[in-house]
Amino acid sequence: MTTESIAEPVPLARKDFVSDQEVRWCPGCGDYSILAQTQKLMPDLGIPREKIVFISGIGCSSRLPYYMNTYGFHSIHGRAPTIATGLKASRPDLQVWVITGDGDGLSIGGNHLLHILRRNVDVVIVLFNNRIYGLTKGQYSPTSELGKRTKSSPMGTIDHPVNPLSVALGAEASFVARSLDIDVHHLLATLDRAAHHKGTSFVEVYQNCNVFNDGAFMEFADKDVRPDRTITLEHGKPLVFGKDRNKGVRLNGTTPEVVDLGNGIGEGDLLIHDETRDDPAVAYILSRMQYPQYPVPMGVFRAVQRPTYDDLMEQQIQDAISREGEGDLEALLNEGDTWTVE
Amino acid sequence: MTTKDGRAASPNGDTQELDRVTIRFAGDSGDGSQVAGLQFTNTAALIGNDISTVPDFPAEIRAPAGSLPGVSSFQVSFSSYDIHTPGDAPDVLVAMNPAALKTNLPDLPKGGTVIVNTDEFTDANLRKAAYQANPLEDGNLSGYRIIEVPITSMNARALKDSGLNTKQIDRSKNFFALGLMFWLYERPLDPTLRWIEQKFSKNPAVAKANADTLKAGYHFGETAELFPVHYRVPKADLAPGRYRSITGNEATALGFLAASRLTGRPLFYGSYPITPASDILQELARFKNFGVKTFQAEDEISAIGSAIGAAFGGCLGLTGTSGPGLALKSESLGLAVMVELPVVVAMIQRSGPSTGMPTKTEQADLLQALFGRNGECPVAIVAPATPAECFDMAIEAFRIALHHMVPTIFLSDGYLGTSSEPWRLPSVADLPTIHVDFATDPSSFHPYSRDPETLARPWAIPGTPGLEHRIGGLEKADVTGNVNYDAENHDRMVRFRAEKVTRIANDIPDLKLVGDEEGSLLVLGWGSTYGPALSAVQRARARGLAVSHGHLRYLNPFPSNLGDVLSRFDRILIPEMNLGQLLMLVRARYLVDAIGLNQVTGRPFKIAQIEQKINELIRSKVTVA
Repeated sequence: MTTESIAEPVPLARKDFVSDQEVRWCPGCGDYSILAQTQKLMPDLGIPREKIVFISGIGCSSRLPYYMNTYGFHSIHGRAPTIATGLKASRPDLQVWVITGDGDGLSIGGNHLLHILRRNVDVVIVLFNNRIYGLTKGQYSPTSELGKRTKSSPMGTIDHPVNPLSVALGAEASFVARSLDIDVHHLLATLDRAAHHKGTSFVEVYQNCNVFNDGAFMEFADKDVRPDRTITLEHGKPLVFGKDRNKGVRLNGTTPEVVDLGNGIGEGDLLIHDETRDDPAVAYILSRMQYPQYPVPMGVFRAVQRPTYDDLMEQQIQDAISREGEGDLEALLNEGDTWTVE
Repeated sequence: MTTKDGRAASPNGDTQELDRVTIRFAGDSGDGSQVAGLQFTNTAALIGNDISTVPDFPAEIRAPAGSLPGVSSFQVSFSSYDIHTPGDAPDVLVAMNPAALKTNLPDLPKGGTVIVNTDEFTDANLRKAAYQANPLEDGNLSGYRIIEVPITSMNARALKDSGLNTKQIDRSKNFFALGLMFWLYERPLDPTLRWIEQKFSKNPAVAKANADTLKAGYHFGETAELFPVHYRVPKADLAPGRYRSITGNEATALGFLAASRLTGRPLFYGSYPITPASDILQELARFKNFGVKTFQAEDEISAIGSAIGAAFGGCLGLTGTSGPGLALKSESLGLAVMVELPVVVAMIQRSGPSTGMPTKTEQADLLQALFGRNGECPVAIVAPATPAECFDMAIEAFRIALHHMVPTIFLSDGYLGTSSEPWRLPSVADLPTIHVDFATDPSSFHPYSRDPETLARPWAIPGTPGLEHRIGGLEKADVTGNVNYDAENHDRMVRFRAEKVTRIANDIPDLKLVGDEEGSLLVLGWGSTYGPALSAVQRARARGLAVSHGHLRYLNPFPSNLGDVLSRFDRILIPEMNLGQLLMLVRARYLVDAIGLNQVTGRPFKIAQIEQKINELIRSKVTVA
């Protein structure tokens, strides 16, 4: 998102973005971390508080706007992107954030997510993915792994899960990233990148629901194993990972391969990450990498520039005005064949 | 056709004067019946007749040529006096092919005139129209006055030197038929010639062909002696002013645009294409130089969501739809009620349930508009009565929404939306003023404090320093707007939302009647039944019956004097294109034994139907007495 044209030298601190509402997530929930990093990021954006709007749907994640001392709109299930689109299109001067979850964004609101991404409306979307329905107390979600036993799937799910980043890339989202609730530095940096991207920024955050799906990501997200089981994407750099930085990922055709460095394989043989590639195909391949077959990629998958919906809409209006002049209602009413009765 | 003194027209010299004629142009949907009808209408309006029109489209874009489902028609009534409907039945039917004859003949009264394009009555076309025998030859049309004109071949002859190919030439034949009708009713060709020149300016060959065949049709009428007379319908006595012909949907779009101008707030229209509301999206999309933003959403829910977002941001948030779309929007409309934002929904009803008959009209979504949401969820509802009035009521919808901070439904229907009438152009200076006051003062701001008179909450838009606040669909605490689950608070807030809508009654005009303030029968209507109901009452009153007409333009809340008005009549008749929805509301609210006249044929009422019911009720009343 752009921050130009919004410049007011009022130094704000994190506390200025903390609302007076009591935070009501379960103790230990990953949402606290995402809230903290979001509040921490805000002062650095240099945008006046009143110019920032958080819009959410329904679910645990969607309570976040209540805790931000900005303008906020806790709407209805799955529909936050629609409200955000109307607000941003009509008020391009605002910085608009959409807070959603795996059920809100990918199940009931899947259609809207697809369309806001393809339109490239200049908003930041943060999708909290905990792979479970928390607020309704423990049913499987569209990102729950196949066969998962939950209250609504006592014999295991038979739903093939959706991959949020693959969906976003399929919709040709201009900014696609993934982070982790407990990796606070990475999370802050990723949100910062998303906030500065002009166009729709889509950030999936792996978020632990310690009540209904505790440890969903621990296999690869636990601090001890994380270096070996995740891979941090950095633009222009080869895909190297491992505690000892001794492993990498290369492409064999369209199939990624994990290789040990050494024995004739050097960093030059690895895939060099290019987040600016116009073609989303390689980013898509990366989005398919899952543990345990692959390290889980974290970071910015794609960051490309294309015109935003709100800019194009505004441009058409300016073009129409310069072509036809400012609209004259009286003249418009009198348009076409008219006649006078004496 | 009626003469001034009501007698049937009879030949009397070369020109016969009539006070009203209704013509229906019917043909294959590719035959240009809509264009012919519209041109006839514009010309009639330009020379001073009152006019009223209604189109009839097939749901299919292009059903197979010559087939029954492919028939499209356009009916225009023009007169020398003030009329309110496009006519109960056509006097003249122009049938461009057998299918058009077959589908439209049942609407033509015996003795009516049919101008048939005989060229199209081929064996193949007769089969497509499911005729066993040629109706022009088997005597089945004996009750009608049939004028046989080989329109296709005469058009082709007129254009043989045009340089166009056969297919292109054939496409001009509607103008031949139109030219003939212009001669028959003594209309000038100039307005249509001007229109052709403009419309086909990029294709001079086609423009010339259309103009030539229009003239050829006119001259054919003059020389062929098919008609012993031609007819003249003098100017109507309309109120002085400047006029244009306008459809309801066009007037609706202009009204919303005007609301934007009057408030100084940009208009944002989020909509998903749906018949018969799509015209409004297309119209508003033309007004970009007025700063209007149109958003063609991915679905109905997104359409209203975007409008709510725009309203949150301080713009005029508008969405539009028809019945199935309103069903999809209902949860979001409930959100708008909860967050008390001034969203307007333009709801153009069509035949339901489900997909129903998309191109046919109905009034069966009144109860959906009023009650079709979860919880106690009141919205304001206004309903235009005529195509031109859509302009005023669109402005009124936003005036109410903004003044009372309440979602408002503008409840029109397909008949109003697509039919047209003369519109006396208002001067922008005479339009109502609408004040928009945004909250700006942090020291006194509470998101859910209320105006003591209207109970409206403040409109505090993002970008206002110090007013940062959060709204949403969860129940709000009185005054602070924080999330609140307390029992008493919820009860209070539910009542506030209801009372806020109730108090709109202080801000809308009383119901005024046509006719006496009391009597034996009141005909009470809403929406597009206005024309036939008013005409029926006028006819009954002309016969000395004690009938009055009342028309509701405000359906929630009702005008405050409605109960009083109802109490002054022995009987109440409510004609509706549904099974009795306003009837149910009036009976429940005012405990009056109102009587319904109900029709769900996808077509508007005829004047005669309502008049007959009036007669029945008055007669039965006399019998009882």
